[in-house]
Formats: sequence, structure tokens, C-alpha cells
Amino acid sequence: MKILVAVKEVAEAEDEFEIDGLDIDERYLEYDLNEWDDYAIEEAVQIAEAGDDVEVVSVTVGEERTEETIRMALAKGVDRAIRVWDDTLAGADSLDVSAKADILAAVVEAEDPDLVLTGVQANDDGYGATGVSVAEVVGYEWAAVVNELELDDDTAHVRRELEGGVEELTDVDLPAVLTIQTGINEPRYASLRGIRQAQSKPLDVQGLEDLGLDASVVESPVERTAMFEPESESDVVTFEGDAGEEAGQLAELLRDKGVVEG
Amino acid sequence: MTDVLALAEHRRGSLRDVSFEMISAGRELADAQGGDLHLAVIGGDVDSFADDLNREGVDAIHTVAEGEEFNHDVYVQAIEQLYAEVAPTALLIPNSVNGLDYAPAVAERLDVPLVTDAVGLDRNGALEVTREMYGSKVATTVEVDADEVVVTVRPAEWPQAEGEGSAEIQSFDADIDESQVRSTVTGFEEVGGGDVDISDADVLVSVGRGIEEEENIELVEALADALGATLSSSRPIVDSGWLPKNRQVGQSGKVVTPKVYIAVGISGAVQHVAGMKGSETIVAINTDPNAPIMDIADYAIVDDLFDVVPELIEEFGGEAP
Repeated sequence: MKILVAVKEVAEAEDEFEIDGLDIDERYLEYDLNEWDDYAIEEAVQIAEAGDDVEVVSVTVGEERTEETIRMALAKGVDRAIRVWDDTLAGADSLDVSAKADILAAVVEAEDPDLVLTGVQANDDGYGATGVSVAEVVGYEWAAVVNELELDDDTAHVRRELEGGVEELTDVDLPAVLTIQTGINEPRYASLRGIRQAQSKPLDVQGLEDLGLDASVVESPVERTAMFEPESESDVVTFEGDAGEEAGQLAELLRDKGVVEG
Repeated sequence: MTDVLALAEHRRGSLRDVSFEMISAGRELADAQGGDLHLAVIGGDVDSFADDLNREGVDAIHTVAEGEEFNHDVYVQAIEQLYAEVAPTALLIPNSVNGLDYAPAVAERLDVPLVTDAVGLDRNGALEVTREMYGSKVATTVEVDADEVVVTVRPAEWPQAEGEGSAEIQSFDADIDESQVRSTVTGFEEVGGGDVDISDADVLVSVGRGIEEEENIELVEALADALGATLSSSRPIVDSGWLPKNRQVGQSGKVVTPKVYIAVGISGAVQHVAGMKGSETIVAINTDPNAPIMDIADYAIVDDLFDVVPELIEEFGGEAP
């Protein structure tokens, strides 16, 4: 069995930041493996550890810096990795859902996995659409927002986490793409041994041409035109003073409201 | 044509609130581009759903009687066929768990660009969609330079449409290829249960990521005890296995409406806010004055919870661990 895990390096903004044009100023951004994808990696590695002859391959679309992220996947037990990047991708302003889906679909077609796992969404742009789009492009079945997974030969038995504390039980034919929700497992930390081993695992860089795609794949009708800090509608009353004084004022409020005694 | 087609959503026999929000969002966009608003409902008791959905602003309702519950393989085929008949310029789908399970596939199949999680829609020639990034720290606008678009609409951003409508209700016969239905819903399960129902509590002390370590949960538990309150949490605490799922407040957990909600170390992600914004009084204890929770809090302490919470416990005669 082969499992492909699509991961993304995401930017996280510090509490205080400035916007520069159409994005947050680089100085206020930190890069990390997308939280949801960490759970997808863990799920794949656990399946590999529980079964014989399971290969886990990880793929990301990103510049050279993102090798740090994909090495992290290798350190956690992924067998080999693919990073997709070339000058055309470097020159594109941004990739819309369809462009990302086409690029990842080309990797799926080349690798021919039985199962594709990815996070439900990326916590920077939060589109939440890549996994299902890839499934549609390659003709795989899919399930979005999966928080429990059991596999047999030709079916994935999943739970999908719906709103309001309700879970849906669904059987999905393989091959399939599943988008993984946080909480499905407990992602491991990369061990020192794992980090050392990751250095010698294969990491293949492929361009659009290697994947049989041309530059038209990055052409997008969707363009970011502005970024701004949302206007706060807050009329919050902030208690002032040291911690003791703040606690005293909150205590008084709670007593006034009659929700606590004493 | 400049029409809008919007999808309703139902589960286990009832329309979900977002269905009525889709009418408001759809009407707004249809007005901006001078077209009609078509609504579609697929599966379940479509006739009774159509009656409920017939509210002010809807021009036509298309019922597709295919299956009882949501199945994305059926939805994708039905929408593809209905889209061809209605020929809208914009297809609006709820940005719900199920919406995100079929909207991307529909957009790919129709070869139409997709923008998800819209919090604002505007048409100035091109469609401008407002959405958020970086955990709601910033808003962005994206412009869609295409004749057609699929947009998913964030729940609870538009009001629910009210008032009786006079829409034309039509049943639509979709031709579903069963060989393309490769997923089967086998059941539903309520999660949580257990000893405590947080939705019953008058006062909730809720703990979030700011608590940093599992052993620190004790500190917030001691505060809840001192206040005679119930302990709840945001999602990351449950994901980490530090509290059971029946304590989770939010979109995928419980919706709570206590008299007082004290959010300790919770930043206020949109999914969390969805579950607690109906609280009568909201108090936030957080080091970040710009955290999204401050937008909905009535009272705030902008300080380190590890300094404030022990002081609060003492105020109420409790003992910090």
C-alpha cells in the first residue's frame, strides 16, 4: 500500500504586526508545518507502522525554505518526499485552489497511491478546498473533515466531524483522498534519531515540466486585491492594574451579577 | 444571465440555520448583479423543506428528491445538472463541513473558480469576495476575473432571511449515475455525553491553548471550583486529550449560552466563537489585547493568566494548586 501525504508550510503572524501591501510584513511572520497536516502525517505513519509493506510519501509545493518542513515529515517516519518548485511557480503571485489541485493531482497520478491524506485546511489562507479538489481532478473518491479512520482492503471507514457534536459514519471506496481533522491522533515529536535519519532519506525536487504540466497551470482568475486589519467592533471594558487589582475588579463584577457568592 | 444559485443544507430531517443565511447572502449578491435568486435543496423531505425555505427574496426553489441524507457523490451530480439548467453566474454553498465536502468537487467539475469562506460579497464589475487570513488577524479581498464563480459562505455572517416568500417551487429530476456513488453514509453518532452537560451551566470557566501544559489545567479547574462554575474548553485542549470531548465549546462541540463565560487563554478562533457568542456576559483573560476574543468580550483582563487566575481563586476563598 502507498500513502501520499500532502503538506504545506504555513506562515503564522505574531500578535503585533504590520501589513505591507497585500500581505503581512515578512518580519512578523514565522513559518511552520501546517497544524492539520501534522495530524495527516501521523495518521499515515501509524498506518505504516501497523501494516506490512506500506510506503508513505510526502509532497509539498514550495520554495527551498520549505525543505525544513518536509524534512520534519521525514523525521516523523515518512519514507521519502517530493518538493514541487521551479521558476514558473516562483514567479506566480499566488496559487489558487485549482492550480494547487492540478499540481498535486499530477503528483498523485505519477505516484498512484491507494490513499492520499492532507489536512482539512491550512491555517494561513484557510481555503479548506485542496483535498477534495485533488480527488475530483484524479477521479478518486474522498471524504472531508475526517476524525477517525479504519482501513480494509478496498474501503476506508471514516468518521466525519460535523457541526454541533455530531459525527457521520461513512464508507468510502479506495483509492481516496481524506482531509484530516485535528484530534484524530496525537502527532509525535520528531526524535533526534528521526531527525538524523531524515537527512539521508530521498527528497526529490520536481518542476512543472517533470509533472507534465506547463505554465498555464498557474494562471489564475482569482487575485488578492487588498489586505487590512478588520475594524474592531469591540466595546470591551478592560480592567486595569496589577494582577491582584484586576482579579479584584472581576470578582466584584461577578458578585454584582450574583453569579457567585462570597 | 446574472442569476445566483444558492444551496440549502439539512441534516437528520431539519434544515440548518445556514440555509436561511444563504438566502440573505444570495439575495444581496443577486441584487448587486441584477439577477434572480434560485435556491436548491437536495435530499430529505424536499417538499416540506421548500415550504420552509420560501422566504422573502427567493425567486425560485428547485427541489431534488434524491436520498434522505447528504451524500456528496449525489450532490455533485445533481448540482452539475441543475447548474446547466439554471445557468447562474454565481453558485453559493455553505462553508460548512458538508459544504467543504462537495463545493471543491463541483467547482472542479464545472471548471469554475472557487473562493471559500466568504464573509463579504460585493460586485464592482468583477466579484469581490472578503475573507480572512492568518486566523482572522487580517481580512483580504480577492477579485474574481471570470464570468462564473463558486463561493462558499461562512455561517452566521449574514442574517437569516425571514418573511413569507412567493418563490416558484419546481421539482428537478436529476439523472444520478449510481456507479459514480462511491461513498455511503452508514450512520450518525452524538459525541460527548458523559457526566457533565456544559450547555446547562450558568457559569462556565473555559480554558484554551494559553494554558500551555496539561498539568496547568488544574489551575483553571481550581478557579471553576472556587466559583461553583463548570469547566469547559476550546478545541486544542480536547485535541490534546487534556479534557474529554463533552467539555468542548465551539462549532464542532457544544453551543453554550451561560450567564457568564470566562475565557481563560482563549484567542477566539471563529469556530470557538460560534459556540459561545450567545453568552450573556463574556469575560476574557488573555495577554493579547488584539486577540479576536476581545471583539466579543464585554470585560477583559489583558494580563498573564498565570498571575491573574491564582489571585481570582484567592478572591473566592479557594486554593490555587
